[in-house]
Amino acid sequence: MENFNYHRPATVLAAAAMLKKSKDGKYMGGGHTLLPTMKQGLAAPTDIIDLTAIKNFGGIKVSKSIVTIKAGTTHMEVAASKDIKKAIPALAEMAGKIGGVHVRHKGTIGGSIANADPAADYPSACLGLGATIETNKRKIEADKFFTGMFETALKAGEIITAVHFPIPKKSAHQKFPNPASRYALTGVFLSQDGKGKVRVGVTGAAASAFRATEIEAALTKDFSAKSASSVKIAAKGLMSDMHATAAYRAHLVSVLAGRAAAAAK
Amino acid sequence: MSVVKMKLNGKAVNGDVEARTLLVDFIRQNLGMTGTHVGCDTSQCGACVVHVNGKAIKSCTILAVACESADVTTVEGLAKGGDLHAMQAAFKEHHGLQCGFCTPGMIMSAIDIVKRNGKNVSEDVIRRELSGNICRCTGYHNIVKAVQAGAANM
Ligand SMILES: Cc1cc2nc3c(=O)[nH]c(=O)nc-3n(C[C@H](O)[C@H](O)[C@H](O)COP(=O)(O)OP(=O)(O)OC[C@H]3O[C@@H](n4cnc5c(N)ncnc54)[C@H](O)[C@@H]3O)c2cc1C
Ligand code: FES
Ligand code: FES
Repeated sequence: MENFNYHRPATVLAAAAMLKKSKDGKYMGGGHTLLPTMKQGLAAPTDIIDLTAIKNFGGIKVSKSIVTIKAGTTHMEVAASKDIKKAIPALAEMAGKIGGVHVRHKGTIGGSIANADPAADYPSACLGLGATIETNKRKIEADKFFTGMFETALKAGEIITAVHFPIPKKSAHQKFPNPASRYALTGVFLSQDGKGKVRVGVTGAAASAFRATEIEAALTKDFSAKSASSVKIAAKGLMSDMHATAAYRAHLVSVLAGRAAAAAK
Repeated sequence: MSVVKMKLNGKAVNGDVEARTLLVDFIRQNLGMTGTHVGCDTSQCGACVVHVNGKAIKSCTILAVACESADVTTVEGLAKGGDLHAMQAAFKEHHGLQCGFCTPGMIMSAIDIVKRNGKNVSEDVIRRELSGNICRCTGYHNIVKAVQAGAANM
C-alpha cells in the first residue's frame, strides 16, 4: 500500500476543505472498501480524510414517517437498533446480513452508498424504500443516485451526511449471498406503502442496483409470492461472471422477489 | 513518520508509524507481539481479529494512526497469569484447533459474540457470527462446540 497524508477533521466543512486542497485525496468512512482496495494497489490516494472523528456524523433518528440514518452509522448499529427494528424491520435485518461481524463493526452506510458496489446491499434498500440521500450540498432521490458500476450522482468532494428512509406499510429483504464473499450474488428489497405502491430494489444482478419495474407492476395488482415469482426478468443487460450467469441472476430476481413478498411485514 | 499512542492489553504503548501502517503491523512489527495473525490480504479471513474499544475488528483493515488513544486487546491480553481465559481453555478442551493459525482470531471473535449475545448463545448464532473467520483445518464443528462451552464458562 502506498503511503499518504492522513487527516482527521472534526467537521464536515473542514473535511471538504481538506479534500479540495489535496492532490488526489479520498474520504474514509469505515475503510472496509477503501483499505482493501488500497492494499491491492487498485487505489493510491495522496491523502486520506478520515470522517470518523466528525462530531455527530453517526446516529439514528426515527420519526413517525421517516427513519434517518446518519452517514457514519455502522452496519452493526443499524442491525442492532430497536427503533429501526420496529419501524422498518427488513432494513435492520439487511444490515445484519452485510459481511461478517467485523465488517459490520466498521463499515458505514455513507461509505457503502458512496461506493455503489454492484453487489452491495444498501443500494437495494435505498431503491426499494425510495430513500433520499442527503449530502453537504443537497438532497438526491435514490432513483437518481445510482448511475452505474461504482458510479453515483455525487460530485467531486461531495460528502453524504445522512440517508432518509420513508417508513413503508410492509417490507422485506432477501439475499442470496455469494458463499465466498458474503456480498449479494443477487439481493431484493421490496416495500409497499400505505397507498399500495410497491417498490422493488435489486442489487448484485446488474452493473448498478435497479428497480424491477415489471415485478412492481405485478405486485401492485396482486401482492403475493406467486405474482412476483412468475414475472420473467430478461437476462439481457445483467451481469455474467465466474459466480453466476446473467440468466441465473435473472431467475434469482424473481425467486427472491417471490420470497420477499411472502415474508413482507 | 508520526508517533501513535494507545493502550494495549492494559499497558500504555507507543511507536513510530507511517500513515499507511496497519494496526496489525504496528502490533506485530513495532511491538513484536505475534499472537495476532495475518492470513490474507483481502480482509476476509479473520486471523487478525482484535478488540478495539471493546469491539471485534480486523486489525488488517484499520490504520494504526486511526487507533490513537484507543483501547486494544489482543489474544495475549486474555490469560491472567498462568490461567487461560475461559474461551482459550474451551478451545483446548474441545480440540477447537488443529494448526492453530486461525485460533487467535476465532477466540477474539468468540468473546465478542458472547459479549453481545450472552452466555446461552445458540449454535445457530455462533455459526452465523463466525462467518468472518475462516479455518482451513477443523471443519468448524469443534470450534462451534468450544465457543458454546467457553460461553457458558465466561
Ligand atoms: C470481507 C468483507 C465483506 C463484505 N461484505 C459485504 C456485503 O455482504 N454487503 C455489502 O453491502 N457490503 C459488504 N462489504 C463492504 C462493506 O459494507 C463496506 O464497509 C462498505 O461498502 C463501505 O463502507 P465504509 O464505511 O467502509 O467505506 P470506505 O471504505 O471508508 O469508503 C468507501 C468509498 O466511499 C467514500 N466515502 C466513504 N464515506 C463517505 C461519505 N460519507 N460521503 C462520501 N463518500 C464517502 C470513500 O471515499 C470511498 O471511495 C464487505 C466488506 C468486506 C471487507
Ligand atoms: S488478515 Fe485476513 S482478515 Fe485480516
Ligand atoms: S486450525 Fe488451522 S486454520 Fe483453523
